Amino acid sequence: MLGEQIIKGMAVTAKNFFGSYVSKERLTTVQYPEERLVPKENTRQFPFLVYDGDDAEKGLRCVACQICEKECPPQCIYIIKSKDKKPDYKGQAQVYPITFDIDISVCMSCSICVEVCPFESIKMDTEFELSTDDRFEGLLLHKKDLAKSNSHYHKVHAQDAKDSDAALAVEKAKAEAKAKAAAEAKAKADAEAKAKAAAAAAAAPVGAPPVPTTPPPASPNK
Amino acid sequence: MSEQIHHAFEAFQRLTLVEKTDQLFVFLKHLILVCIPESLQPLVSGLLSVVLIMSVFPGIFAIITVIERKGLGRIQNRYGPNRVGIPFTKIRLCGFGQFIPDGIKSLTKEDIVPRDADKIVHFLAPIVMLIPVLLAYAVLPFGKNMTVSDFDAGLLFFFAVGGAVELSVFMAGWSSRNKYSMLGAMRAIAQMISYEIPLILSAVTVVMIVGSLKLTDIVAAQNYYTLGVAHWFVFTPWGLVGFILFFIASLAESNRCPFDLPEAESEIIAGYFTEYSGFKFALFFLGEYLGMFAIIGLGITLFLGGWTAPVSFLTFIPSYVWFLGKMIGIVFVFIWIRGTLPRLRMDQLMNLAWKFMLPLALINILVAGIWHFMCPDWQRWLVCTAIIFGAYVVLGRGLMGNQKLGKRTYRFAE
Repeated sequence: MLGEQIIKGMAVTAKNFFGSYVSKERLTTVQYPEERLVPKENTRQFPFLVYDGDDAEKGLRCVACQICEKECPPQCIYIIKSKDKKPDYKGQAQVYPITFDIDISVCMSCSICVEVCPFESIKMDTEFELSTDDRFEGLLLHKKDLAKSNSHYHKVHAQDAKDSDAALAVEKAKAEAKAKAAAEAKAKADAEAKAKAAAAAAAAPVGAPPVPTTPPPASPNK
Repeated sequence: MSEQIHHAFEAFQRLTLVEKTDQLFVFLKHLILVCIPESLQPLVSGLLSVVLIMSVFPGIFAIITVIERKGLGRIQNRYGPNRVGIPFTKIRLCGFGQFIPDGIKSLTKEDIVPRDADKIVHFLAPIVMLIPVLLAYAVLPFGKNMTVSDFDAGLLFFFAVGGAVELSVFMAGWSSRNKYSMLGAMRAIAQMISYEIPLILSAVTVVMIVGSLKLTDIVAAQNYYTLGVAHWFVFTPWGLVGFILFFIASLAESNRCPFDLPEAESEIIAGYFTEYSGFKFALFFLGEYLGMFAIIGLGITLFLGGWTAPVSFLTFIPSYVWFLGKMIGIVFVFIWIRGTLPRLRMDQLMNLAWKFMLPLALINILVAGIWHFMCPDWQRWLVCTAIIFGAYVVLGRGLMGNQKLGKRTYRFAE
């Protein structure tokens, strides 16, 4: 009969109306500033720079290789290299960035910089409340804004941070092993050289002057 | 003069407490009137009533806009506005302060008039909309002895000024020089004129039974009780049908969902007020809601006993509280319908008006006549109910008959 379906429809909306007061799982939205959804594992907003330890200047992983600057599709990264060097996590002397700026009004969150970085130093952050009243300076993030500790990285992307730490540990172990091997080889070479020298000294007649191993200094060119 | 004040107080003293709360505003107005010279009394009397109406009903409008948004939100499993409360505090009042920033926003917005618009008509349209709507309040009985102008042809006056709203809608649509506005205005005219006929014909039944066009007489005819239940006209077969027809037609007259074709957002932006902004838009919005309240007030007066209580033991509640309570209750149903039903198509709209509501309204007039002339016992209930039910089924079949309802088949897409 005419009007039957209207009554049915009205019952459905009435059920939703009262249901939304009774059961909270009906409501699809959250009260944002007070309530927040847990971010998804692979959430990404804008890049940040990872540093180890407590000192952002000292522990910064970035070595200013400028790969990210060259690869960035919208060209939002700006790096100036340092003239001097400082030791990195492996203890190797490296260049570091004096200036590292990212213009997040240009950045398109593609995460290509993260993929190309060979030093596990630039990563994606989940921070999204970046609104500012200054759209030029406020959206240009400098090195001190971008540098965030490794523990922050562990907080936002736990699994990726673990993988990244493991990769760095492998690198470091490799470097150490290499250094050790080099040191051992050097020590061995030194020992051999010493032994040879000793043997030669023993073989030579007593009182004879030792054979000069290095040529006498050449006369300076005119 | 002090003697007159004394008399007024004495008359008020004689009333019981219930009557005192009921007649409080009437007494206050009377007290002010006796204090001023007699030549100024009609003017001041009118002014007082107008000021009260102009403050109470826009106030209700402000609250209803928030309630509507919250109610629609809840129907769609959202929260709706719940932030704005008292400024500079953390008190949120569940978002009921929302209408204040809304009002400030529409007051401070730029008023844009299209370059090719007919400037004078464009300016006049919102005013022409609001004035007849406010005039319609003059004849409504808001409570016992609370009618601004209680004259004999009150019902006729209401429908006469209500007809002027169509003019303003067309003025707005035509003067904007915009195709959407024009389409909206055309739709509005077609819809409002079509639905005015069942609206008036369903009200005619009440006039037939009461024998008067005076709205206070119509309320008085419903203000008596049998076994504690009021004799509202909605509790009779013809009254029920009349009320439902009046209800549907008033939905269409106030351009509410599912009859919101004149301002269909998804089809023609905002219809006839597409080109209005700022305070003119707010005036249209206000006029639309005040028109809705007025027509609901008339529906209450005609069928739901006006300011009377439904059962006799609730008569201690003041009459104006009953009137406003019933009005807000029906506004809630309007919001509920808006949250439920989709918009009608133009041909469905016309079919409903001309093929279903108009014949049913005419049959209802016949039934009211039968009800009036048969002796008041169970037989007339049976006869009247049978006629109306039969007509409803037959007309409903006629309306649905030539439709092929069923699973939709596609010729090309699968």
